[in-house]
Amino acid sequence: MVLLDAETLRSQARGCGILGAGGGGATNVGLLAALRSIELHGPASLADLDDLPSNELVLPIGMVGAPVVSVEKFCNGSEAGRIVERVEAMTGRRVAALMAHEIGGSNGLFPAAHAAQLGLPVVDADGMGRAFPEMTQMSMDLAGVDPSPCVMTDERANVVVINPVDGRWLESLCRAAAVAFGGRAISSQYLMTVGRARDAAVTGSVSLAIRIGSAVAWAPGTAVEALIKEVGGFRLLEGKVSDVERRVTGGFVRGSAQIEGLRGDAGRLLRLELQNENLVALDAGVVVASVPDIISVVDTLTGDAVSTEVLRYGQRVSVIAFPCDPVWRSPAGLRRVGPRAFGYDFDHVPVEVLCAERT
Amino acid sequence: MPNVPELRLGVDVGGTHTDAVLIDRSERLLGKVKVTTDPDVASGIAAAISAVLDVGATMPARVSHVMIGTTHATNAVLERTGLARVAVLRIGGPATHAIPPLFGWPEDLRRAVSVAETIVDGGSEFDGRELTSFDSDAAARFVASLPGDVDGVAVSSVFSPVSAAHELRAAEVIRAERGSDVHVSLSHEIGTLGLLERENATVLNEALVTTTRHFIAAIRRALEYSGLGHATAYFTQNDGTLMSLDYITHFPVLTIGSGPANSIRGAAHLSGVEDAVVVDVGGTSTDVGMLVGGFPRESVFGVRIGGIATNFRMPDLVSIALGGGTICRSTGDDVRIGPDSVGYHLEQEALAFGGPTPTLSDAAIAAGRTHFGNAAVTLTPALGRSLSIADEMLAEAVDRVKTAKGDVVLIAVGGGSVLVPEALPGIAAVLRPEHFEVANAVGAAIGTVSGQIDRIFQQAGRSRQQIIDEACAQACNEAVRAGADPNAVEVVDLEDIPLSYLTNPGLRLRVKAAGPLAGL
Repeated sequence: MVLLDAETLRSQARGCGILGAGGGGATNVGLLAALRSIELHGPASLADLDDLPSNELVLPIGMVGAPVVSVEKFCNGSEAGRIVERVEAMTGRRVAALMAHEIGGSNGLFPAAHAAQLGLPVVDADGMGRAFPEMTQMSMDLAGVDPSPCVMTDERANVVVINPVDGRWLESLCRAAAVAFGGRAISSQYLMTVGRARDAAVTGSVSLAIRIGSAVAWAPGTAVEALIKEVGGFRLLEGKVSDVERRVTGGFVRGSAQIEGLRGDAGRLLRLELQNENLVALDAGVVVASVPDIISVVDTLTGDAVSTEVLRYGQRVSVIAFPCDPVWRSPAGLRRVGPRAFGYDFDHVPVEVLCAERT
Repeated sequence: MPNVPELRLGVDVGGTHTDAVLIDRSERLLGKVKVTTDPDVASGIAAAISAVLDVGATMPARVSHVMIGTTHATNAVLERTGLARVAVLRIGGPATHAIPPLFGWPEDLRRAVSVAETIVDGGSEFDGRELTSFDSDAAARFVASLPGDVDGVAVSSVFSPVSAAHELRAAEVIRAERGSDVHVSLSHEIGTLGLLERENATVLNEALVTTTRHFIAAIRRALEYSGLGHATAYFTQNDGTLMSLDYITHFPVLTIGSGPANSIRGAAHLSGVEDAVVVDVGGTSTDVGMLVGGFPRESVFGVRIGGIATNFRMPDLVSIALGGGTICRSTGDDVRIGPDSVGYHLEQEALAFGGPTPTLSDAAIAAGRTHFGNAAVTLTPALGRSLSIADEMLAEAVDRVKTAKGDVVLIAVGGGSVLVPEALPGIAAVLRPEHFEVANAVGAAIGTVSGQIDRIFQQAGRSRQQIIDEACAQACNEAVRAGADPNAVEVVDLEDIPLSYLTNPGLRLRVKAAGPLAGL
């Protein structure tokens, strides 16, 4: 059994940053909250879905709203417990474990910060395998898990229960409630049994984040190579950010960045299309990776993730891409999160195919 | 008019040297000195002041202003000496209990600084609504429970950059309980968004108040002793602008990082250029920064001070271990330069002075970039190679600092800047202004006064322009508060920072205003 101790959490935080594909918010507040929680309650354990009772509940949980709010007004620690209590009272069933609704970015560490004090394990799974901007972009929605009931709470102990008829209504009602809560709230949705989660969730994502983080941490100087090896990914380019164009519309950071090749990649130019996350990478106008595959920009020296919000001219970065969870590559998955779902006029081709064609 | 005070004296304390300059009303340099930095910073400043008065053969009575860039605050944090006993009051309950104040601080620093920590209810939402009402009773109980030897209270409240109301009420509560014998630092006056980083910076600020008060008293004594008791003294802060001694008594943490800012401002003044890359080469290290509109560009990331995360506005620098004293070693096939340096022993150690150690200064002399010393240095392959490695390191640092594509001007300053080659990729021209070696002290002496705000403003029925006008007025007020001439203050920088994932985000504005000293 894996314990989410301090060192493991630090690794996980780095991994969550990289799995965020440029989005998901900074992990430092989540990491500090988790470290504080284990100081008080000891580490939570990381559980495999196969080791939990099939008919008990998995509670997908995390923050909805603006990550910037969480750097000021973070949790008091009672939020997850209140949701668990409400869900158990409503369903008459026991919650067996917490699960991150999104492994990428700040939300990936949320369960670890709350599970230990509840005496619950964290499930080695999540709803995305990366970060996405919308709640419907969860594997559970794709699998047909009912988004209802959605239970939301805040530090004041306000509780809102929403019974949306589908994922679209979940997204709009939940967003509106988050604004009323003060820009962000803690929310659980797509409640399911352990048995259902085995098919509906993206499994193995917490241990993947931990492995990514330790690979990067223990390979100083060769962090990017270690990272690529760990995720079975590809280096699209090593270079320097040479241009960033960003604007905020409707709550989304949209724009593009150019990375100019250095060393072995000198003379090449990579362009990234951004919408909170890195969505498409183009080399000389040719798509070399696209959503839902994960495109991450990392510091060339340390391998740490560089999010779309802090990309800046002059940064020495490597752009890497690796396959997303297979669930997103199904026809239904691609309809939900493929390039066309984000307004691009081309079909997804797996990054390993694109990269094989180039070499 | 020999008796009219009209001269300004600038002092900058560096790691190896303390530099001082004397400039006149038209900002012409009349005298300059470099003395070895004294571990007792105040004595070192006094020595530099009397030395520059001697060099300039100047009657102290002619000096009207003394501007000082100091490292005493940085030293106090790094060495944990003279730190005040601080109570930490966070207003943010019922939120934020998951991470208590000072969590993650180095244990020895926490013990040296903190008397007690608490979280009481209150704070604001991002849109200016109350998070919950301020629990002034709990705050009063906390303050009443503090031991008698507490020096100050650091107060931070959630989203105080949006609404500072609860911090201001807490200050009243503290005064009502303890009168004026405890000092109070309020986070909205010190940092920006990011509660933990702002809280850390506020606690550090409060921890430095007592030592800074003593330091200022020592400086005043030194000025009296040098016959400068009549002069007005200022400290430089981390953006290269000045603060009056009264202001710095309340915001001592702002002096941290003033050295590089002084160099960048000095480079601007000496060269007359307002937008450039500035390379400041010392004996051991080189700082590369960006001059934008006459001011150092600031970092977008928070800066760590003494192992603590803060969200300070600091000059955005790339520092590399490259200086005039950097040691060059042969390693079989190739050479390795640094990171160690002969420091201020250059005149004993370097080949050019008959010493045994090849340094980058020797390489520069051998390559004909400069000439000094008293012994001939031949250009060996190893020295030539050392210089090309140094050039590559410099070129990379310069490239990292540049904010946009296209060629820019580079200003080379600092005692070791003879190392900087005449041509670098992406650089249109290398400027080497006169008095380059004391650019940091010049930067202190010519300082203007600035004020800055970084806040989220809600629309509240106002137009974007109305909000920008309000922000600009607030920044100008801050500058006047720090000592600027109210009639000459102007906005020098305005930045609109994106707020992602918020559908109705309001406007986050960072505005800096600056102006000349009042009464100059």
